[in-house]
Amino acid sequence: MIEKLSLYFSYPFVRYALIVGVLIALCSSLLGVTLVLKRFSFIGDGLSHVAFGAMAIASVLKIANTTLIILPVTVLCAVLLLRTGQNTRIKGDAAIAMISVGALAFGYLLMHLFSTSPNLAGDVCSTLFGSTSFVTLTQQDVWLCVGLSVVILAIFVLLYHKIFDVTFDENFARAVGTRADTYNLLIAVIIALIIVLALNLVGSLLVSALVIFPALSAMRVFKSFKSVTICSAVLSVCCAVTGILISIMAGTPVGATIVAVDVAAFGIFCLVGR
Amino acid sequence: MAQIICRDLTLGYETGVVAEHVSFTVQEGDYLCIVGENGSGKSTLMKTILGLTPPMGGTIETGDGLRSTEIGYLPQQTLVQRDFPASVREIVQSGCQARCGLRPFYNKEEKLLAEKAMKRMGIFSMKDRCYRELSGGQQQRVLLARAFLAARKILLLDEPVSGLDPIAAAEMYQLIRELHNEGLSIIMISHDLGASVQDASHVLHIGKKVFFGTRDEYLNSSIGRYYMAAEEVQA
Repeated sequence: MIEKLSLYFSYPFVRYALIVGVLIALCSSLLGVTLVLKRFSFIGDGLSHVAFGAMAIASVLKIANTTLIILPVTVLCAVLLLRTGQNTRIKGDAAIAMISVGALAFGYLLMHLFSTSPNLAGDVCSTLFGSTSFVTLTQQDVWLCVGLSVVILAIFVLLYHKIFDVTFDENFARAVGTRADTYNLLIAVIIALIIVLALNLVGSLLVSALVIFPALSAMRVFKSFKSVTICSAVLSVCCAVTGILISIMAGTPVGATIVAVDVAAFGIFCLVGR
Repeated sequence: MAQIICRDLTLGYETGVVAEHVSFTVQEGDYLCIVGENGSGKSTLMKTILGLTPPMGGTIETGDGLRSTEIGYLPQQTLVQRDFPASVREIVQSGCQARCGLRPFYNKEEKLLAEKAMKRMGIFSMKDRCYRELSGGQQQRVLLARAFLAARKILLLDEPVSGLDPIAAAEMYQLIRELHNEGLSIIMISHDLGASVQDASHVLHIGKKVFFGTRDEYLNSSIGRYYMAAEEVQA
């Protein structure tokens, strides 16, 4: 088995896949705690469906670099969702559900009407469940991913205390003069970045799993914000590595395997946390 | 010069007006107790003073160079906090967020202040415990420590003893009294009329009738006598 693995690792695309997988897992786990506690667990789902819709538009318009369209559209929706989440007629979960299914239907419709590819079902399936082209990453893709991850990590570390402040008690934060709106906005932007990043790895249907499972698992066992954050980051990376290795060895789809490992880890943490 | 001057405030949300014609002033070192029935707009008033809810009418002025970063606030508990994984130390430390400003991390001085605040409220021994596992009284003391760190001039408390047993409530009042004696101005909302009015220097009663005056004036007013009598009947 070791031989087989070392053979695989002699190919650059396998190494790229592993690097990208680890980075994406790390970034996506960071804000999980905040999202779960703000009752926004499903925002990952909602935004990734928006990204799916944007991707459909991009492919209809035949734009080569789809990220150019996906990123701004997703960021915009994230901002709208998180900003209006508190005091609107349509409450957080309903707004997310609306945007998410709306974008999904719209995207599929567009792809169906203006499809340029002979294999429509395959295209749709790979955007929903993670592309098989995950193993055809180019060096450029890897650098883009590394760059974005560094930006996300830096923002998170610098804003760590502020994120805690506005998540734990937004009213208190506002009352003592912290600019909660600005920080909420930044959180929304980071989430959108993470979603777009993670889309390649697990596809739009499974992004939420990557965002919330590590956080939920860590919350079963650890008791402080810091330890939960660190634990969910470490756990997420471990699960991603395990998932990618299993999928290479067993030939299973990457995204689904990683999520399955995350679910298993959650089960273990539940037992430990009793 | 007063720290806070409110003139003819109208309070409420889009759905309707909650209270009208609320006027009062808070001088440095005052202990103002806000009383009134459920739904009379006490919490809304506090949020309006803090700038969380805009007033529907009237004006709020702050004087004595009071800035929003010098105000401490003890809000009512929210749903989120019940399952938030946070240690006591992390929560108390967040009381320094206004001092900290845009700096990403807390410095040594702020960590020391947080430690002092925890010792002061008698929660230092549980600094690494999880907030959601504490008793109601301990949780309130954590939030008071946080508010105390933020309060350099004035402290606003929204029902600090709600849900506490009599002993924990008495301890809470004692802590608040000590903070007041050290020169902090206090604005407190309370249901528990008898105990809270005891310490207050001024009383603001809001409802259909609005009353503002010193404690003695309140106890001798018709509205004050009426409510105090109702309280005694209950007890």
